[in-house]
Amino acid sequence: MAKHHISTTINGEPVEFLCETQQTLLDVLRDELGLTGSKEGCASGDCGACSVTVDGRLVCSCLVLGVEAEGHSVETIEGMADGENLHPLQQKFLEEAALQCGICTPGFLIAAKSLLEKNNNPTETEVRYWLAGNLCRCTGYDKIIRSVLDVAADMRSA
Amino acid sequence: MNTSQYEAPGSVDEAVALLANAKGNARVLAGGTDLLVQIRMGMADPALIVDIKKISEMTTVTAENGGFRIGAAVSGAELNENAAVKSMWPGIVEAMDLIGSTQIQGRCTLAGNLCNASPAADSVPAMIAADMTCTIAGPNGRREASVGSIATSPGKTSLADGEIVVSLFVPAQNATGGDAYLRFIPRTEMDIAVVGVGVNLTLDGNGVCTAARVSLGAVAPTALLVDDAAKALIGTKVDDAAMDNLAAAASAACNPINDKRGTIEFRTKVAGVIARRTAAIALERARSN
Ligand SMILES: Cc1cc2nc3c(=O)[nH]c(=O)nc-3n(C[C@H](O)[C@H](O)[C@H](O)COP(=O)(O)OP(=O)(O)OC[C@H]3O[C@@H](n4cnc5c(N)ncnc54)[C@H](O)[C@@H]3O)c2cc1C
Ligand code: FES
Ligand code: FES
Repeated sequence: MAKHHISTTINGEPVEFLCETQQTLLDVLRDELGLTGSKEGCASGDCGACSVTVDGRLVCSCLVLGVEAEGHSVETIEGMADGENLHPLQQKFLEEAALQCGICTPGFLIAAKSLLEKNNNPTETEVRYWLAGNLCRCTGYDKIIRSVLDVAADMRSA
Repeated sequence: MNTSQYEAPGSVDEAVALLANAKGNARVLAGGTDLLVQIRMGMADPALIVDIKKISEMTTVTAENGGFRIGAAVSGAELNENAAVKSMWPGIVEAMDLIGSTQIQGRCTLAGNLCNASPAADSVPAMIAADMTCTIAGPNGRREASVGSIATSPGKTSLADGEIVVSLFVPAQNATGGDAYLRFIPRTEMDIAVVGVGVNLTLDGNGVCTAARVSLGAVAPTALLVDDAAKALIGTKVDDAAMDNLAAAASAACNPINDKRGTIEFRTKVAGVIARRTAAIALERARSN
């Protein structure tokens, strides 16, 4: 079976790629496009390390087929910083030591960014539920939650 | 994995033709949150995947006869953002919202939850309590079926080869009706229901329950509509005695399995407890309507 020729937009740039039906969007990002920031923790939708947005909607890229990206706009961790300037969430994660091994970090950042775009005044409970699909085996979560709440507060006072 | 062909047709007729020609070795792809996991685990290996998300009839929610027609490809996140559905049927929306994480919500659908036919599917008891129906398209045209008639046993449905759920219909809620869904899980998020209960009830001007539907999930091979539980409420003011009878009827209807999440004894007991709590929420909503 011939490969599919897919035209999509990734981090604002038009991108074309070839893929097999069974390749997930995560496989395509990592193996075909060299965008290895999105991680594979489980490949079953449980860990959130592969989080990206498709047309602004937060999803697990391990549960999206590459072919489904046709005509859609994908945002990955590689598009989060503006050149050398880190996104405020990235900056805060560093300042507040919200990461250790870092495997979960791209997923948390993408998921947190998507929350703050919807709601810049979340309660701690709302942050914890929004991020319940992102697993971290190192930090114990508190520093991650605190960083997200602090960025939200900064956004409101900016 | 041999999956080779992927199609994203623009109409229901094309989707049905593709599925019918594949003679059973094809799967519908809605949000993929069950299907892609099953393919990855080797539990499914369809030769053809038919993505329904490019079919406009299946991606919209429209008002119909005072209720709503919900396209089969509408995601949990989209349903949750629909203020009209949420205010009329909060129980259905909260059941759907319990599925998975924010990421899963971006993709999962009511119809996928129904057609995956898990006994623990969260949205199904809420849909049965609301007396929802679905429109099914197949090689012989369209037919209507109740939501409760779709799952026949774990992982199996009454859909024939080539049949596809096009949309789900929820009727108008009664002016003094209320619905609710609750589940018991060992964790607070991201887990599979040990028991799930959907309740939909209507009160008259004196606060007497005139109609009720109670559905239980995860305590039998398919979600149950428990008439005795409804009868326990109808004709009462949904007082403590009625709630006791409801809980007893819910427990009596259970035919669960033992597994790591709960024993038979535990599930049977908890079904009554959760039925009571769910009915209390539905009652509160009916009173404030
Ligand atoms: C991490 C994680 C957590 C989860 N948590 C929960 C949970 O808490 N509660 C719960 O109930 N479920 C849960 N699920 C399971 C799953 O998300 C739900 O069952 C979801 O509603 C499936 O919808 P979908 O659109 O993704 O289905 P898909 O995977 O696209 O489809 C599911 C099945 O239905 C068939 N199908 C889909 N649409 C149609 C149609 N229109 N007509 C005919 N057949 C169709 C498909 O071929 C497939 O066999 C979870 C899954 C994951 C990965
Ligand atoms: S790799 Fe996608 S959720 Fe874990
Ligand atoms: S920092 Fe290691 S898993 Fe989160």
